Amino acid sequence: MRPENYSPVQHPPSHEYELYFGPNHPGIEGNYAIRVRLNGDVIQEAIADGGYLHRGFEKLMEQRLWIQNIALVPRICVPDPVPMEEAYARAVEALGGLEVPERAQWIRVMMLEISRICSHLFTFGGNAATIGLYTNMFWGISMRDLFLDLFEEITGARIYHMYITPGGVRRDLPEGVLDRLEATLDEMERRTPEFEDLFFDNAVVIKRARGTGVISLRDALAWGVTGPNLRGSGLPSDVRRDDPYLVYPDLEFDIPTEVEGDALARMRVRKAEVVQSIRILRQVIERLRGIEGPIRCPLPNPLAWNIPAGEAYTRVESSKGEVGFFAVSDGGPKPYRVHVRGPSQMHAVQVLERVLKGGRLEDVAQIMFSLDACPPEVDR
Amino acid sequence: MDVTPKYKGSFVKPLKALSHLFREPVTLPMVPRPASDNYRGFHVNDWELCVGCGTCRQICDNAAIRMIHIPGLPDDPAAGLKPRRPAIDYGRCCWCALCVDICPTGSLALSREYVHVSPDMNTYFILPDEKGIHGLNFPKGWAKTDDADLLDLARQPMPQRDPDSRGDNFDEIVHGYDDQAAILEASRCIQCGMCHEACPANMHAPEYIRAIWEGDKERAVREIYRTNPFPEVCGRVCTHRCETACSIGKRGAPIAIRWLKRHAMAALDDERVRTIALEGKVEDRTGKSVAVIGSGPAGLTAAFDLAKLGHAVTVFEAKPEPGGMMRYGIPEYRLPYDRLDADIAVIRAAGVDIRCDSPVGPDLPMDKLRDDFDAVMLATGLGAGRSTRVPGTDHPDVKSAVALLDAITRGESIDVPGRAVVIGGGNVAFDIARSLARLQRKTSGRVDMTLVALEERDHMLADEEEVVEAREEGVVVLNGRGPRQVVLAGPSDKTLGGLETVRCLSIFDEEGRFHPKYDDGDVMLHEADMVIEAIGQASDTGYLGEDLTEALEWARGRIEVGADGATSVSGLWAAGDMVEGPDVIHAVAAGHRVAESIHRFLGGGTTTLEAAE
Repeated sequence: MRPENYSPVQHPPSHEYELYFGPNHPGIEGNYAIRVRLNGDVIQEAIADGGYLHRGFEKLMEQRLWIQNIALVPRICVPDPVPMEEAYARAVEALGGLEVPERAQWIRVMMLEISRICSHLFTFGGNAATIGLYTNMFWGISMRDLFLDLFEEITGARIYHMYITPGGVRRDLPEGVLDRLEATLDEMERRTPEFEDLFFDNAVVIKRARGTGVISLRDALAWGVTGPNLRGSGLPSDVRRDDPYLVYPDLEFDIPTEVEGDALARMRVRKAEVVQSIRILRQVIERLRGIEGPIRCPLPNPLAWNIPAGEAYTRVESSKGEVGFFAVSDGGPKPYRVHVRGPSQMHAVQVLERVLKGGRLEDVAQIMFSLDACPPEVDR
Repeated sequence: MDVTPKYKGSFVKPLKALSHLFREPVTLPMVPRPASDNYRGFHVNDWELCVGCGTCRQICDNAAIRMIHIPGLPDDPAAGLKPRRPAIDYGRCCWCALCVDICPTGSLALSREYVHVSPDMNTYFILPDEKGIHGLNFPKGWAKTDDADLLDLARQPMPQRDPDSRGDNFDEIVHGYDDQAAILEASRCIQCGMCHEACPANMHAPEYIRAIWEGDKERAVREIYRTNPFPEVCGRVCTHRCETACSIGKRGAPIAIRWLKRHAMAALDDERVRTIALEGKVEDRTGKSVAVIGSGPAGLTAAFDLAKLGHAVTVFEAKPEPGGMMRYGIPEYRLPYDRLDADIAVIRAAGVDIRCDSPVGPDLPMDKLRDDFDAVMLATGLGAGRSTRVPGTDHPDVKSAVALLDAITRGESIDVPGRAVVIGGGNVAFDIARSLARLQRKTSGRVDMTLVALEERDHMLADEEEVVEAREEGVVVLNGRGPRQVVLAGPSDKTLGGLETVRCLSIFDEEGRFHPKYDDGDVMLHEADMVIEAIGQASDTGYLGEDLTEALEWARGRIEVGADGATSVSGLWAAGDMVEGPDVIHAVAAGHRVAESIHRFLGGGTTTLEAAE
């Protein structure tokens, strides 16, 4: 992406100036830049400039055995790695005809929802920080840490779990972890009013976020917006409902929406989603207590594992939107091609460029964070 | 909370956050926090369990693992031990722990230790032992669990005849894998190469197993023929040292390497096998000639190699058919003769002239052979039976196992005894016991066969499957008993009455020499019409003549040879059972060494077929 972005230097009219915004700045969960052309502090044009986190995931995956890629995929999205593992695992399962045992399916849903809560907590904090409210960030991160403790207990790792594997999960749940998850959810619910007070009822937040970065539903659909950003514009679209996977059909949950399509609406959707995730997790805890059995279907020796030729597209509702993995096998021990549809690709490039136009310089970071884009998903 | 557009929020509510000033922090800095029970910290490796197979290195996504040679560690290819251990580069490691989940021995784990700070980059490259990166003995974190093992530890079952359908005939017991079972079995292989080093002939087992898994049978046969011209034989009766060394066998059932070889050979027709086997044959003749005495596996292997290198090889065999013990010792239910013939046909196709019914002796003296040929190889094996020499063994109905097996193979009619006792606990003892049991069932419909072995059940010399299958076929196996005397039917009756055995207390003396001690109070009489001794064989080297016997150096009744099989007499080599034993694959390996040595002797340089690959 980078070389094409460098066009010959064009001097702007004398009342305009160009500002390089990034690659390190508070508006995003990673390195990402935007070039903005300003008139005063009003943005005339914004050009997304990614590539700073390009590690060549898609190409790397072609060099690695099917099993080895489970260590690579979570790194495509740092704050929300579980949907990547899930989408990849399900693509391999679809190609290889693997059946995931029931217990593993419930565990996977549990992981996905905890990851969603973690990611949204991260976004609460970050979003507030972009308008100067750092307390919120500390709270979000500290609350997220309690969930990371659970991840550590279940998977042995706090961030990159590498836990979901084609055919199931890699380890069974430790003794008593469901009780501790329940306690953490109670704590989360206890803290929720404090988040309301600090952020959602905050006059500064409302003043800054209302009417900022508005995406109309028509534009959202045209630009490929998914996830909370799309629901913030009013469409109750969610892969968990539209194309259910794992045991989501057995779960009761609502799909929260807002109609304004601005930064505040998007954050309010996320807040409501956390409530829904807690609701899902409580059902999962209930069910997991009664389900025994294997946590993984038998797999062949990973060093001699050819996946039948074919192609599969699998998608998962991540905290950012629709994560899709398109995997092609030529019948060999490694993927022939894996394409990752990171939802942030749309949010951080075409959406951002258009939404920023006409906005003000001080809102750039806030608009970016309200879109909750993840740069490695853009760069892959 | 009201969300009408008019709602402008509150300036007071956020101030509630000030109450947090009086709360405990969520994280307490500077307090060391213990990691969770299955944390993925730095590696630990139990060196006692680790065999150095290097599977961790193969699975590592990031090439973070290197195998380091450690002098002083056990280096025992036959037991599957390599003196090397994994070292981890933490500049590359991503803590995915696939190395732990695939480790065949379960020696590798991740510990709960997670802090290492140093300005020295070299300290991030460690050779983990059971104490961990800093020797602090942190407990194990992420370790192997049964439900998360990445290896398949169970072997594909081999379809074979049930005891009822095999007890009265000499049809092959094992049916062989079908394609699917073979691919599944081959897929279990982790390509560690332990088998290659354990095999006396260093067969390229990882390569042909991989080729079978990929469905490329031709490549498999090509890999097999690189080191073994008796694949049909070894695919059936090999003592499979490879499987003893197999890393998968440390916790599970080793890969059925022997059956996979059998499968690869069965998949191609004989014509195609011959073409592949003769690839690389030198067309130019060297003009040199070699005589090989004995057409067992050692002799024919050397003959095959030398013929491929362009020498004119003639094999002299005393018996009517070539193959030696493979034909006249191993019963047909284990090794069908047509499969042996297939192997030998390939060797003949390489240009080896095999002359049967040509015993070296008065009609074909050794001196003439040494004059007519540029090099002579002795590979006459152990053709004579040995006797326990207990009283009564001079009775005509006390037979030697090798002589009986020979007679059965030749199709000679033998008087099938109604009741028989076999003395011995090795594979030959079981061969004769099971062969006679078949004949008993065929003639009289019932089996009365007893096998007495000195060894206890857990320490039998014979293969486990021999013991199990013999019992299924009605052979009574008695362990821990030694022969005392052969008794007659009555004081005036000269016919054989049976064998008296006594309980064996110990087999070896303190210095490890064979010196059994018996409990004379525990005597048993096994009534029998025939007693068969199967306690080992001896070589018959009378054909060498006095002068040559005198000139050769001997060690404990066997010709002494160098590592390359050369005897102390120039131009004369010896190999196979007559010098070392104990099985086909050792003989094949010795045959290769002799061929290489003879080739060098004949001026062929050090180039060998294998080195030319």
